[in-house]
Amino acid sequence: MAVKLSRWLKQRFPIEKTYQENLTHYYVPKNFNVWYLLGSLALFIFGLQIFTGIFLTMYYTPTAKEAFASIEFIMRDVNYGWLIRYLHSTGASFFFIVIYLHMFRSLLYGSHKRPRELVWLLGMLLYLVLLAEAFMGYLLPWGQMSYWGAQVITSLFSAIPGIGPKLTLWMRGDYTVADATLHRFFALHIIAMPLIMIFLVRLHIKALHYVGANNPTGIDLAMPMVNGKNNQIIPFHPYYTIKDLGGLAVFLLIFVVIVFFAPEFGGYFLEPTNFMPADPLQTPSHIAPIWYMTPFYAMLRAIPDKLLGVMIMAAAIAILFVVPWLDRSPVRSIRYRGWMSKVALFIFSLSFLGLGYLGLVDVTPLRTVFARIFTTGYFAFFLLMPFYTALEKTKLLPERL
Amino acid sequence: MRKSLILFCLAVGLFLFSITQAADTPIKLQQAHIYPSDKPSLQRGAKLFMNYCSGCHSLQYMRYQRIAEDLGISEKLLKENLIFSAAKPADPVESALLARDAKNWFGVVPPDLTLIAKIRGVDWLYTFLQAFYQDNNRPWGVNNLLFPEVAMPHVLAPLQGIQVYSALKPEQPQPTLSLEQPGLLTTREYDQAINDLVNFLAYTAAPEKLKRQYLGMGVLLFLAIFAILTYLLKREYWKKINERSF
Amino acid sequence: MSNEPIDEKRRKFLVAATAVVGGIGVLAASLPFATSLLPSAKAQAGAAPVEVDLSHLQPGQMLTVEWRGKPVWIIYRTPAMIEDLHKHQDQLRDPESLVEQQPEYAHNEHRSLNPDYLVLIGICTHLGCSPKYVPNAHELSPSWPGGFYCPCHGSTFDLAGRVFKNVPAPINLAVPPYTFLDEKRILIGSDWNPGQGIPDGR
Repeated sequence: MAVKLSRWLKQRFPIEKTYQENLTHYYVPKNFNVWYLLGSLALFIFGLQIFTGIFLTMYYTPTAKEAFASIEFIMRDVNYGWLIRYLHSTGASFFFIVIYLHMFRSLLYGSHKRPRELVWLLGMLLYLVLLAEAFMGYLLPWGQMSYWGAQVITSLFSAIPGIGPKLTLWMRGDYTVADATLHRFFALHIIAMPLIMIFLVRLHIKALHYVGANNPTGIDLAMPMVNGKNNQIIPFHPYYTIKDLGGLAVFLLIFVVIVFFAPEFGGYFLEPTNFMPADPLQTPSHIAPIWYMTPFYAMLRAIPDKLLGVMIMAAAIAILFVVPWLDRSPVRSIRYRGWMSKVALFIFSLSFLGLGYLGLVDVTPLRTVFARIFTTGYFAFFLLMPFYTALEKTKLLPERL
Repeated sequence: MRKSLILFCLAVGLFLFSITQAADTPIKLQQAHIYPSDKPSLQRGAKLFMNYCSGCHSLQYMRYQRIAEDLGISEKLLKENLIFSAAKPADPVESALLARDAKNWFGVVPPDLTLIAKIRGVDWLYTFLQAFYQDNNRPWGVNNLLFPEVAMPHVLAPLQGIQVYSALKPEQPQPTLSLEQPGLLTTREYDQAINDLVNFLAYTAAPEKLKRQYLGMGVLLFLAIFAILTYLLKREYWKKINERSF
Repeated sequence: MSNEPIDEKRRKFLVAATAVVGGIGVLAASLPFATSLLPSAKAQAGAAPVEVDLSHLQPGQMLTVEWRGKPVWIIYRTPAMIEDLHKHQDQLRDPESLVEQQPEYAHNEHRSLNPDYLVLIGICTHLGCSPKYVPNAHELSPSWPGGFYCPCHGSTFDLAGRVFKNVPAPINLAVPPYTFLDEKRILIGSDWNPGQGIPDGR
């Protein structure tokens, strides 16, 4: 019976071919390290967010009057509602942790370089959509931070000369962030953005499998097998499915500690001010976006001009898209690059984290100076990349792994 | 590569260290002691809340019945000692005060307190309830060190007594209050009473906490077993791969 | 480079163990999600008993009240209606009410605490429509003894909510838990207990 059914299916759908192409006959380098778990983990979290999101949608009410209370209804009255909600809120923060590390991995091993430019571009597009997804999701609890965060970010668009104010009005659907805004953000958050992301994830993986994965050594590996023996590349399944499963178990151990023992994570995953219902008449005294947006927010605050600040912020994300063409190094991996690349990457990491920190705390004159230094560091990494990558002396690449 | 990883971790550590700094408050916060499993303390806190706070403040996301179940209070005791309105056990804890009246009397609507422990933090609440002092320039005759010009009268004054403000002396790092007229409770008893109250408010902010932590232990244990199994499995499959020499 | 063969037995065991433990994990993780679909505390609070005043109900009349979002009927049966209940036993599918569609205290020939008052959940046991009250004999057909008629698929029930033969509905209409607070006040959703006695409606 099972045999018959599987034959019936095979004649009508390339089930075996899909399985082979993506798992058993998808060959990858054998020297993947811990950085290479992040892609699978991101996929897992994406699934988790969709799954928990579906359940939250069943109980959430997207109206200004009831949104806040409906979250508390989920937290208290729905059976295990607190677990579902904490999985979703912690998942959001972990999504960004994983994605940031995943992007850093690319910079570390030159995964954006030829022939994987498209994989990088699709990934960047995914990051952009993820930012929008997270931003819209953040409005839904309708707390003070949700409200004023949305107010500030939609106001950013009013900086655009000419059409700016009209654009902001169009995005909000009202003269301030209001019921209409909440409704549309809800629709975009639960339907539009996830659909786009599913599509982009599919393309991202398809493009990756087409060109093959990079590796920490950063050399091209001969793909065809010699007499079924090739000791440099191994099939994804079973080797990496098993390894990723182990990685997932360790990841879940960390994840679960947060979900069950510190779901607010000291006010950084769920902010104290957001436990106050939105009040359009009163801005909280201390307002900052959620941590994964703060690097860009810190840049915005450091620039003493509205339009310029918005442009710098947009440029900080836009510049990531052209990294494959800025990087002119003859080698991919940081292991074989010169000292200049290493220093540059370190300065970049420090700047990004520093900006992230500064975006969380209140402004002081000294902090503004630091924010400007870090902003410069951030952009210097990219703008100087064509020069230091071409100038520096690289180490000799090995022939094989 | 290893070096960059270490540096990266270092940077992350530094970053995490630097974000754990305390928020600024007018006076140093005193520490509240929160024991979510101390039911007698929570029961006393609930009673204090219903007697002294619920006239003006609601717990609109908390049902009487849930409080009774979690705190081990029987339905009979609940109806006799905690429900002062016409509310049914399944109803949320609403206050009798109308928002319109409140606006007239206090100038503000007293906030709902269900989530106050998450918004302000338990230490803040504990310190706030310790920091009332006599100030005849205020409409209710009291002011608060932690929350200057607060619109709330000191409803716990009969218990605590009346505190007065001692002027700031050079050797003192922050202003102090001294008890001028004792209340029904001794200082120790009052500290205990408001600690119970804060404990109760910490409970209403996260009523699932005990169950959550209990469940979390089980999940961690399970995942540890699962992680060991996957590690063994991985090692078994990768043995041959790792043996292949270069 | 060692050439010892792959230990297939160990592999199989580890794969099986991981699969079983992982399967248990997935199953356990799905439990909270499944449980979340059960009525919430709010829904349960809304399911509180409903008190109904019967003093204005005339013999032969029906009163519909909402309990847990469902229609609950209270019918003040006339003595003739009660009298007729045992005349059409042979046309019923479950004349003795053997299927547990009523609390124990309503398991009798008139399916109620007090014979005068019939209390039923007004939801057809076929596919959940709400049947119509057709109390008068011969109103529906020459042999119609009076009862309920479901407009959706034509199921019929007598004046004790018992289902007739040859209709789609499989079992009798359900009797909700209820109790009398006094002669003319009824509490729907709360069980009667033997200590309370049954007030006579007349």
